Amino acid sequence: MGINLKNSEVPIRENRLGSIVAYSGSIKEFGKQGGCSGCDEKKRCFSQSSACNNGCAIGQLFSIYDAAIVEHSPAGCASIAMASYLNDLLVTALGKKPRENSGFTCSDMGESDTVFGAIDNLKDVIIETYNRYKPKAIFVASSCVSGVIGEDLESIVEDLKDIIPVPIAPVHCEGFKTQIWASGFDAAFHAILKYIVKPAEKKTNKVNVLNFAGGTSWNSRADVLRLFKVMDVEPTFILNSATVEELQHLSEARATISTCGALSTYFGNGLEQEFGVPFVRSLQPHGVIGYEDWALKLAKILDKEKEVTEFLAEEKKIYQPQIDEFAKKLKGKRAMIAMGPSYSHNYARILEEFGMQIEHVTSWHMDDKYDDGSMPDALKYIIENSKQDYKFSVNELQNYEFVNILKRVNPDIFVTRHPAGMIVWSMKLGIPAYNVRDEYTAFGYKGTLRFVKALYYTITNRSFTDSISKHVKMPYNEWWYQQPAETFFVDN
Amino acid sequence: MTKILDEPRYVCALGALQTVEAIYKAIPVVHAGPGCTAKVSIGGRSGYLGTQTVPCTNVGETEVVFGGEEKLHDVIENSLKVMDGDIFIVLSGCTTEIVGDDIDNVVGTFKDSEKPVLSVPTAGFKGTNIEGHEWVVDAIIDQYLSKRYFGEKIKGLVNIWGPVPSYDPHWVGNFRELENLIRELGLTPNCIFGEYRGIDNINLVPRAKYNLLVAPWVGLGNVKNLKEKFGTPYLHYPTLPIGAHETSLFLRTVGKEFNVDSNLVEELITRKEKEYYYYIERSCSFFFENRASSKMFSTVASADYALSLSRFFVNDMGLVPSKQYITEGVPEEHYDRIRQYFKEFNYEIEAEVVFSNDGYQIHQQIENDDYAGTPLILGSIYEKKLASKLNGTFLCVSTPYAERVVIHSSYVGYHGGLKLLEDLYTSVFQKFN
Repeated sequence: MGINLKNSEVPIRENRLGSIVAYSGSIKEFGKQGGCSGCDEKKRCFSQSSACNNGCAIGQLFSIYDAAIVEHSPAGCASIAMASYLNDLLVTALGKKPRENSGFTCSDMGESDTVFGAIDNLKDVIIETYNRYKPKAIFVASSCVSGVIGEDLESIVEDLKDIIPVPIAPVHCEGFKTQIWASGFDAAFHAILKYIVKPAEKKTNKVNVLNFAGGTSWNSRADVLRLFKVMDVEPTFILNSATVEELQHLSEARATISTCGALSTYFGNGLEQEFGVPFVRSLQPHGVIGYEDWALKLAKILDKEKEVTEFLAEEKKIYQPQIDEFAKKLKGKRAMIAMGPSYSHNYARILEEFGMQIEHVTSWHMDDKYDDGSMPDALKYIIENSKQDYKFSVNELQNYEFVNILKRVNPDIFVTRHPAGMIVWSMKLGIPAYNVRDEYTAFGYKGTLRFVKALYYTITNRSFTDSISKHVKMPYNEWWYQQPAETFFVDN
Repeated sequence: MTKILDEPRYVCALGALQTVEAIYKAIPVVHAGPGCTAKVSIGGRSGYLGTQTVPCTNVGETEVVFGGEEKLHDVIENSLKVMDGDIFIVLSGCTTEIVGDDIDNVVGTFKDSEKPVLSVPTAGFKGTNIEGHEWVVDAIIDQYLSKRYFGEKIKGLVNIWGPVPSYDPHWVGNFRELENLIRELGLTPNCIFGEYRGIDNINLVPRAKYNLLVAPWVGLGNVKNLKEKFGTPYLHYPTLPIGAHETSLFLRTVGKEFNVDSNLVEELITRKEKEYYYYIERSCSFFFENRASSKMFSTVASADYALSLSRFFVNDMGLVPSKQYITEGVPEEHYDRIRQYFKEFNYEIEAEVVFSNDGYQIHQQIENDDYAGTPLILGSIYEKKLASKLNGTFLCVSTPYAERVVIHSSYVGYHGGLKLLEDLYTSVFQKFN
């Protein structure tokens, strides 16, 4: 196993999980050759801007309610702080008071710092940040610049531990180290596992729910709470707006479960390995099959299978007929999906539940295995159970590639997730698109009904898509659309 | 002294890629890490391009260790094939400059390509996105416009410079309104940013009779450069004209400087002011009778908005300035001149200027000052909670900008002043009255 909390940093996904960012083939072929490990690693000789592990790591940690972030970098890397207003809105939606400040500072590295280093200033910034805001923990993030010039973040923990009475956790997330931004999840969770989580003093009646926004849309949080009540447990939603104290006690929970496989592999397995909290290995709770698998696997660990089975049956009676009614209208409709490595396969499964024809799935990266050595559950399910074979590709947000595919495939609908802006490129081509912005979009039977309706309405009224596609020009040359999408793949 | 950026209000020089994106069909080619483009795209919108369509080398460990020149070459070469662009501008980031890639050399190999390929060093540690904006414009002047002859000067043609694309939340509308004002004077505006303004507009730049810079400091280097290269005189008008007082002064100044018939200018001003005051008359009781209205204000903003809004609220609305905080990391050489601008209000009113990028200290000072009642805070979204804590009135005007969606509105001109009043007094209206 790749989890070793004695190490200062966690290896990147390319090295730890055999993850890849370039592939083109079919899903069955991909399965037959045993996932990423069976394919030749490719790189690209043309690429577009992706995202970095630093942004991913800080984006996660920034959402902790009472921690501070110190970014050891030039000003641009700290721009995530500008989203503090959105954080406030989310915190309010979750019923908490917005924080008085963003608690986000930056050492603002300049040209001379790249020559002489800036560790002393960084220490001052950390002390000043503590004095100003009295956070319950301070996460100190490295950047490309601090990494290239070799700043030693580990040493500051030792130097400051007598001055600052709260945990100071270095986060190793230099952007150039990995092409997979999801490595940033692991960097963030490594810091939490190593510096924040304490050994359990007792067991509580809680379940760690590792998710993103915490079920703020459509009040889906209430649906999670309802299910958990049947199991007689209480969820701790992490990380968004969780307190440092809550994080310290994650070890006391009865289980960890997640809405996203790519998000949770390191943390879920880490909490299990280091603190003995069982990690639920299941499909993610999207669509009927995923929800039932998620709920029942958790129920099994909690010894509540009977109660949950009954609860699911009651709910299903209400919602399944309504889902079927809309699914009938979508039967045979052709779809393309582009999302993260876990969501893409989870949503492919849902569209198949609706009887839709999947033409192509693109994942923003693909993990060969998770931290416990298992194949990602959603992918495994597709390989073993899907009646369809379809084109499958991996690209880390390479817009020119999936636009090329999209134009060729010309599906009835394009279903995508973050980054939010992705949806417009399909609509500009005249292809209706739906953005699965919230992770609870298709949560449970109720969410699945909401989702199937949304897809149907998206396909039904194409007016906006029709109009915009007639009035805008895509930024690509016609030549490009005539080339295969994998034109710029090169051997590593 | 500790160098601390608390609540960042600008990004690094690479943020100049938003300036490139603002030129229609100009393609930035970023030679930096995989996350840099997303991090510095603080305007957060897409248009012809979006964050994920920007060509980028996504520099990794290999390029840091062995250099990234080869990768840059490949990405430029293939950008020219894939991307439908009229001009390609290579922007370098921190890592590639620290490891010493010879970017000029790589870009030089494309000097004979059909589309111009330029390069600008925009390493994050070298400056801010506002400075980067000026460097991009200089690169267009030095590496493209100076290399060939674009034709003789065109009578009445005026290049407009000033708002920094995407950093100024209203930049598109502001440019459009500046163009409209120039057009109303019988001149022909030329701008290289916004609404389909692209390479044809760039090609017109050397042919203009005048350059007009409407900003307190950024762009000054550009208009001086244009004067040197093409002999074009420039007018530096530091204030974005908002509302009647400033817009009329703007029209008179521009008219005089660019030889417009003063009768025409005065007739225009009379007509516009009459219209403006029709609307002011209909609304003004609310401005002054409202319990939540303010007498004193502070701006916490980039220099352009701090100055323009201060002049509007003092010279048009009769308010009194408290301290004005300028937050975009203005280079020190401009401090004195900017301070002087804040000493030229009506009735010899002056305002104290504080240059700071430390949100914590700014907020402490505001909390300690007395505003003779409800403070009016015109700032970034960071000031929203502060204003609420002080029972003040808040309008978001500067980066980081949130709360309002700007599609095509502007605060510039007579209409812009009215729009500003609508936005501000909507906030006042929604409070206890």
